[in-house]
Amino acid sequence: MKYIEEYRDADLTNKLLKELGNVITRDWTLMEVCGGQTHSIIKSGLDQLLPKEINLVHGPGCPVCVTPLELIDKAIALASRKDVIFTSFGDMLRVPGSSRDLLSVKAAGGDVRILYSPLDSLKIAQENPDKTIVFFGIGFETTAPPNAMAVVQAKAQGINNFAMLVSHVIVPAAITALMESPDVMVDGFLAAGHVCAVMGYWEYEKLAEKYKIPIVITGFEPVDVVHGILKCIRQLENNEYKAENAYARSVVREGNPHAQAIINRVFELCDRTWRGIGVIPQSGYRLRQEYADFDAELRFPEIQSIDTKESQLCISGLVLQGRKKPHECSAFGKECTPQTPLGATMVSTEGACAAYYRYGRYSNK
Amino acid sequence: MCLGIPGKVIELYEVNGMKMAKIDFSGIIKEACMEYLPEIKIGEYTLIHVGFGLSIIDEEEALETMNLLNQIEAMGEEEVEG
Repeated sequence: MKYIEEYRDADLTNKLLKELGNVITRDWTLMEVCGGQTHSIIKSGLDQLLPKEINLVHGPGCPVCVTPLELIDKAIALASRKDVIFTSFGDMLRVPGSSRDLLSVKAAGGDVRILYSPLDSLKIAQENPDKTIVFFGIGFETTAPPNAMAVVQAKAQGINNFAMLVSHVIVPAAITALMESPDVMVDGFLAAGHVCAVMGYWEYEKLAEKYKIPIVITGFEPVDVVHGILKCIRQLENNEYKAENAYARSVVREGNPHAQAIINRVFELCDRTWRGIGVIPQSGYRLRQEYADFDAELRFPEIQSIDTKESQLCISGLVLQGRKKPHECSAFGKECTPQTPLGATMVSTEGACAAYYRYGRYSNK
Repeated sequence: MCLGIPGKVIELYEVNGMKMAKIDFSGIIKEACMEYLPEIKIGEYTLIHVGFGLSIIDEEEALETMNLLNQIEAMGEEEVEG
């Protein structure tokens, strides 16, 4: 397929790796923020082909992984109701709540449906006027405009049996939180290309300047990833720190103004809890007052107080901050597998633990 | 969830006041919302995320980057760009 195959070219990837080897003179730790990039790196074996001086650590950019347990439990409570059809992206169904997951709710007879697009929720709502359709609106800045459109359309078309359980988070706040932590170990960031397709990268220029750290906007295919790493290492070796775009075919500095406009129209910034990490100030979106009628937490106030119980063994919070590699967890591949996950990082197609398990990274060897 | 799949716009139309498109993913045809890409034209490629086009793939930029990357072996990227 055009714009995929040429970026998976082995010869070109090897050429870039060779150049990387020529440029690098010392050890550097880079963090790829996005879980989609983590999977691409592990799947293609780049982690084993990079110069040994590069330590890649995996960041918190997996929306499924950072959705707080409390919201998963709320989703499970809503999906269990007879008067609700619960809709979600497929990744969320296997994420463990305190005692079960959405898939087990479905298996027990709950009406839980996987969507291709958030707009599909509205069609389901029109076809089922006696039910409330609750959509699990999660994700980073990439899914915010699509999810916002579902709310705008519901209001415009008078579809009142639709509500959204919102758990949106944003990348710059996570980078800030990582850089503000006392024992930060990251020398450079590979920023998530598709988040920047929406938001641009002007905000990262400020972060690069403030924390004196290179941030390179990077795509997802092997050629893209090595290109991003090369730009990052060049900056580090030259003692530079700036936001740089290694994904120019899809990202411009200002991002997509139409997508940003709807985010600002529908959502406002709020503090959010990140699973495994804790509360990060102003790190997420919630629905604005004008769209409060579509807020599932307000529509079903009885789900507000839910007791949650996190696994004591799971270290996903440390994995999501790049402090531990998945195979350094005592439960990895034992108590915790994709079939019996203890944490969301073992479930999601963007979770680092799932990537390590699937592609056989069982140790540092 | 942040993974986008590049696809080619083969048809543009409107549904409920929203700009929609048929997208060809190498033979698999899916509908996607183009409301955030009002300027997109038939024949252009876009990255699709959860049923929405969020950016138009810039063919010129893609070619330029590819040319630069292919020259790296001989000269190094900075020299090529400079």
